[in-house]
Amino acid sequence: MTDNALSIEHVSHGFGTVPVLHDVNLQVPTGEFVAIVGPSGCGKTTLLNVIAGHITPTTGKVERTGVLRTIYQTDGLFPWLTARQNIAMGFNGANSPTPKSAEVEGMLKLVGLSAFGDHFPHQLSGGMRQRVELARALSGKSDILLMDEPFSALDFQTRLRMRRELIRLLQEIPKTVIFVTHDIEEAVQLADRIVVLTDRPSTIQREIRVGVQHPRDPAEAEMLYLLNATLDALGLRDAATDIEALNVA
Amino acid sequence: MSLKRLSPIILPFATISCIFLAWAVLAAAHVYPSYAFPSPHAVGDAFLEEIRAGRLPNDIEASIYRVIIGFILAVAVALPLGLWMGMNLIARYALEPIINFFRALSPIAWIPFAILWFRIGDPAAIFLIFLAAVFPLTLAVVAAVANVPSVLFRVGADYGYTGIRMLTHVTLPAIVPQLTTALRINAGLAWVVLVAAEMVGCQSGLGYGIYDARNAERTDVVVAYMIVTGSLGMLIDWIIKRFTLFPSVRWGYDR
Repeated sequence: MTDNALSIEHVSHGFGTVPVLHDVNLQVPTGEFVAIVGPSGCGKTTLLNVIAGHITPTTGKVERTGVLRTIYQTDGLFPWLTARQNIAMGFNGANSPTPKSAEVEGMLKLVGLSAFGDHFPHQLSGGMRQRVELARALSGKSDILLMDEPFSALDFQTRLRMRRELIRLLQEIPKTVIFVTHDIEEAVQLADRIVVLTDRPSTIQREIRVGVQHPRDPAEAEMLYLLNATLDALGLRDAATDIEALNVA
Repeated sequence: MSLKRLSPIILPFATISCIFLAWAVLAAAHVYPSYAFPSPHAVGDAFLEEIRAGRLPNDIEASIYRVIIGFILAVAVALPLGLWMGMNLIARYALEPIINFFRALSPIAWIPFAILWFRIGDPAAIFLIFLAAVFPLTLAVVAAVANVPSVLFRVGADYGYTGIRMLTHVTLPAIVPQLTTALRINAGLAWVVLVAAEMVGCQSGLGYGIYDARNAERTDVVVAYMIVTGSLGMLIDWIIKRFTLFPSVRWGYDR
């Protein structure tokens, strides 16, 4: 109970008369990578705002342990700071002393942007910006990363590269991750557990555990099964065969 | 250097030359009597005469001093007030209509009271410049704060910024580009108002110089002063525009 980084109990929320979340229950142990998928408009962002504390749910309880940082789809970096200064902010928080430059340089190097430390966000490509965001969120004292479709504004190839990058970074600097995405393949590729939401009012309809070791081969039978299981849960699988017939694991 | 690179220098110069030429031709044609349409030559002489007599340098100094003080006072009030209104909905509801009212009211309308309260001289002119700039600047700051994407405040909160540190480390840098544009526009406004204010409220300055020359029927001096006033207004704008070259401002224009 106490080693949960995040605990959501019986959370329901509505805007006016429109119920958006209905009795959501989710326990996330420290270090787990949870992907949240669901139909578009189902309330993923609302759930994220509830987790982040931007919204107090109508009913239910949310408990977080440690510092939580959100990585946004775009434009989360401070545009008036360089890549280096943005990352330094991750070490600083608002109150701690100025970080040692070696720490900041180390993070820049870790995300492969040593040559771009003095660049401002608008001078970097979309993928580079998201890497700076990752480096900033991973720097200093942070425990939970909340990722709101962080790669969905990127082109396909960059997205694939960023998935690999994220796995690598988390192996170096382990964190608890809540990852909201509409990309099912991405969820299967990255997560330890996939949480599938229903249509609005949203509740958790299915949880799929992904036990495959990284690096994961998307063509592997178990990966295909998990992908199909997720599609099935979302009602998006066209094949008429029973999903369990695919389960080779 | 290629023509493309030289044209920003050559073309304005060519335009000005054409205007001077047309002006000289019209003056030589005596469409109007020379007192109503002084020639470039007469204006040039008047210009040198005013410089030699020391009146023009004095008037420039007086005007610049007034506009700087009045504008600094306006910024000193508008920036904190606008930030406060931008982040506090109750303050905004309470103050925005009345600030809009005073913004819509020409500062020239205050001249009678400026003279009654401050007598003729610097304080009256400074007061009018302050009134010209403070209301539009405040509204510009309010709008700039309202335009800051909320994601930046959320990020700020994630990284532990609260209260005054959120203000100085997130809100203020986020509005700097818009603020710079607002400063440019309102410095121009203040300079325009200055001339009118000095015509009635002062015994020195460029506006007073124009008024005084008109009373003496020296339209050549009037035109010389007009050219100086316009050029200095351009110079002020050019100086503030330089700020947009700083990296902390440029991000707002570059993307």
